[in-house]
Amino acid sequence: MGEFYTLISVAASNAESQSAIGEFFRYVVNITPRLFEGLKMTVAMTVLSLILGILVGLVACFFSLSRNKILNFISGAYLSLIRGTPLMIQALFIYFGITGALGLRITNFQASVLVLMLNAGAYLSEIFRSGINAINKGQMEAARSLGLPHGVAMRKIILPQAFRIVIPSVTNQFIITLKDTSILSVIGVSELMRQSQQIVAGNFRAFETYAIVGVWYYILVIILTKLFRLLERRLSE
Amino acid sequence: MTKVKVENLKKNFGKLEVLKDINLEVKEGEVVCLIGPSGSGKSTFLRCLNKLEEPTDGTIIVDDYDLTAKSSDINKIRENIGMVFQQFNLFPHLSVMQNIMLAPVDRKRMTKEEAAEKAKKLLSVVGLLEKADQYPASLSGGQQQRVAIARALAMEPDIMLFDEPTSALDPEMVGEVLEVMKKLAADGMTMVVVTHEMGFAREVADRVIFMDGGYIVEQGTPEEVFGNPQNKRTQDFLNKVL
Repeated sequence: MGEFYTLISVAASNAESQSAIGEFFRYVVNITPRLFEGLKMTVAMTVLSLILGILVGLVACFFSLSRNKILNFISGAYLSLIRGTPLMIQALFIYFGITGALGLRITNFQASVLVLMLNAGAYLSEIFRSGINAINKGQMEAARSLGLPHGVAMRKIILPQAFRIVIPSVTNQFIITLKDTSILSVIGVSELMRQSQQIVAGNFRAFETYAIVGVWYYILVIILTKLFRLLERRLSE
Repeated sequence: MTKVKVENLKKNFGKLEVLKDINLEVKEGEVVCLIGPSGSGKSTFLRCLNKLEEPTDGTIIVDDYDLTAKSSDINKIRENIGMVFQQFNLFPHLSVMQNIMLAPVDRKRMTKEEAAEKAKKLLSVVGLLEKADQYPASLSGGQQQRVAIARALAMEPDIMLFDEPTSALDPEMVGEVLEVMKKLAADGMTMVVVTHEMGFAREVADRVIFMDGGYIVEQGTPEEVFGNPQNKRTQDFLNKVL
């Protein structure tokens, strides 16, 4: 980050002070510290909610694969609630609605992570489930015929294979969650989106500001995608 | 000594009755081949013997353990029953060695070192020692099936079940798998084999069982069943396949 910053600073000072390009670079430099604060928040929210979302997704996935009808119902209801309502409503409902009704106090950051976790968890559980179902049932039978209990067969035979299959879909979901953080600006988390809105509210420079923020999101998505490509290649060796 | 005892076994899939009333005993060291038209229930019957299919009714006793009793630990019983599948079902994410060592080590039958030694011994028996570190995808069908046999043997089972082990193989690879099975039979392994290889059944089986429509229609030595079949349905079937 520092390197990038100096680079732009140099470019800005070198530029003709009155030219449009010089002016643009100066503006970029100006708003970078604020956007960087937002970026840190965006990344923190994404990482935290995805880690928790994976756990929730795994649990929901096993609930839906279980033979227990009650567990099936719980995961089914959870999935259909999350799928059936917009993320923004969920955020507003949890942050203002539930906290208001129960008199709880949670920060908007906590509420955001909770909402993103529930969302990512629901979609990830479906991805995990389809990955597990994609494994030929002969694999489970072979493992069980050797005397391995169901749990061991799952852990050592089915999940490692399913894991590879689901990486592309999981990458997709991670990208969606990353971009969904912008919706949480609605409950006032100072992430990237909200920072940029506040900048625009002060100076009305919507064109440059949103373009710059767009580029930041784009870079984040590219980094995420590359990381997972790398992981995918590692695993297929 | 009786290894397998099946009494009044019934198996339904929904309304479909696949096994209607099966009674069978298999003695220690005996090689039993199950033949019959497809849909006759051979594979389902075999899969009941290690409870990959849950019997609808009847009792199955393997090694003096009652599989159909609620109290019995099916995983423990399965450790003594090896199974070989039509589609091999090797674990594609594990090497040949890992495929073989996984169960003995996980079930604490052997230490890692013992299991590795055992795996190497078995691989040389099936003639694939040089493939130890390869992954299943790089092996031919016949090689995969031989590894699958080694994997089942690694648990030192005293019964082996074979579910059409050569049906998914290219013709030129059938021989190498049957060869391994013959060796196993000669070593005194108790085997129940569902097969379409009549030559193998004739040569290796102590007893041939003809199944049709969910019943055991006829059984006897290979000479009796192949040479002088008594039942009309057996005769029809053998006329078609021989």
